[in-house]
Amino acid sequence: MNYEAVIGLEVHVQIKTRSKMFTRVASGYGHEPNTLTDPVVLALPGVLPVMNKAALDAVIKAGLMLGCEIAPVCKWDRKQYFYPDSPKNYQISQYDQPICLGGAVEIELPGSARNVMGEHKSIPLTRIHLEEDVGKLNHGATDSLIDFNRAGTPLMEIVSEPALRSADEAFAYLTALRAIMVQGGISDCDMEKGQLRCDANISIRPVGQTTLGTKVELKNLNSISFVRDGIAHEIKRQMAVLARGGTIVQETRDYDGQTGASQSLRSKEMAHDYRYFPDPDLMPVQVDQAWKERLRAGCPELPFDRQRRYFTDFQLPYTLTSVLVWDRALAEYFEAAACAAGNDKAQAVGNWIVNDLLRELGQAGLALADSKVRPEQLAELVRLVDTGVLLTGAAKEVFVEMFATGEAPAAVARRRGLEAAPTDAGALEQWCREAIAGNDKARAEFKSGKDSAINAFKGPVMKAAKGKADPKAVDATLRRLLAGD
Amino acid sequence: MPGADELDIDHVAALARLALTPEEKSNFSRQLGGVLQHIEQLRKVDVTGVEPTAHAFPVVNVWADDVARPGLTTAAALRNAPAQRQNLVVVPKVVE
Repeated sequence: MNYEAVIGLEVHVQIKTRSKMFTRVASGYGHEPNTLTDPVVLALPGVLPVMNKAALDAVIKAGLMLGCEIAPVCKWDRKQYFYPDSPKNYQISQYDQPICLGGAVEIELPGSARNVMGEHKSIPLTRIHLEEDVGKLNHGATDSLIDFNRAGTPLMEIVSEPALRSADEAFAYLTALRAIMVQGGISDCDMEKGQLRCDANISIRPVGQTTLGTKVELKNLNSISFVRDGIAHEIKRQMAVLARGGTIVQETRDYDGQTGASQSLRSKEMAHDYRYFPDPDLMPVQVDQAWKERLRAGCPELPFDRQRRYFTDFQLPYTLTSVLVWDRALAEYFEAAACAAGNDKAQAVGNWIVNDLLRELGQAGLALADSKVRPEQLAELVRLVDTGVLLTGAAKEVFVEMFATGEAPAAVARRRGLEAAPTDAGALEQWCREAIAGNDKARAEFKSGKDSAINAFKGPVMKAAKGKADPKAVDATLRRLLAGD
Repeated sequence: MPGADELDIDHVAALARLALTPEEKSNFSRQLGGVLQHIEQLRKVDVTGVEPTAHAFPVVNVWADDVARPGLTTAAALRNAPAQRQNLVVVPKVVE
């Protein structure tokens, strides 16, 4: 029997705010243990939570970017359970009135080759709600240790419909979602720091069946690659269980990315009974049109929308767009340089950025923001190449110099004497004659019909010209002289 | 919501992490049953056309700007901890 996988993802994204969700002590990662707490975080008696306006802005903005409907009114609920990472013994969350409803994430599946665009799909979302993060537990041999720094950090949970069909789709979904969150300034989404965490609900069913099979929840997937590997592993495991006549047990499993194996987590809680009820300490949130429009104005273009615009506005090839659009700063740098250079030179600009600028930045260990080459300087370099003032090889040298010093390309070219020699036909002809005279063997070969033998003369000519001769002129001159020889 | 007669005192006690003696169970069952009976009585009120609310006053959007301010020192934060090690709160092991 043929089976298909049905996967839904629950993605938790920490919102990048200065203070916590319901109190104003600082929020952050990498601080000494238990230094980011206050009476609200620790749930000391008598405290009252107060919402963080910036966290509300962020989740609404995220919802607008993902095409969600923003609820006109939403409220807060207490999700009750005992676990030592949650000092209140409840988590403030949103149960039946989440702030964002519906929406979708556009994904791209792997193409047939790296330079071929893959199929696009739209993965519908169920909802996004806002809640608070819990503390961090570290389990020792005999006891567990708690750091409450993370407790109370604004956290949104993005729940997809069970619409993903493979590990690759889940990977593409997370890649796209993460880029949108980062580009929107919602979160840095560093999975190693727990800023983006993913749980996957996975089931399989015979192809054609519409009801869902028994689902298994996979937890602790702490990198996007582990999500893909963990899901692929779980699909295989479930198929193997069914193949030998077994049944899938509903359970939570822990996937270990290092070993590639999963194991069932013994649940200490019986059936989940969170006894949600509205939090009496918090008033509802009402979102009006003006608030939404203010946030919508600050939403950046989505990566795939930007890519489509690059295809039509700049005729960029897929390979360039697929590097540029995933990094908002890089894309904006490209657009500034392309605008300065003119749309017809956008591809050349893109090539310089993707091939040369990224290489130099990588070698220097710098971020784009540290680049001394300003977009308009790059545009100027492209113009110098286009007008023949700089030949490609010389332009590459100029670029490396520009990257190091921040000088204008024309100034570097002049200082280093890299401008293409004005077509001094006399000098070029002289160098060509000398090159032909100096290599009788190649000359004989060329005469006997071996066309490629002409290349043997080009090295000495370029050397004499200090690399500044136009290769086309060199070739033409050599052919003319050899023909008349 | 379960009616007064459907109250499962063992389930409620387990959720609250309480170990109750048989006497306590019967005592609490009676008391909680009384609360549920009261709710049953409220349920009989005709609330057709009344919008459900969790609050008595129609106040919304009570928030603060995202400005961080200092919190507790680590020593103060840990003062109530049953045990501590390396500035972390120590609790009985919660996973296998």
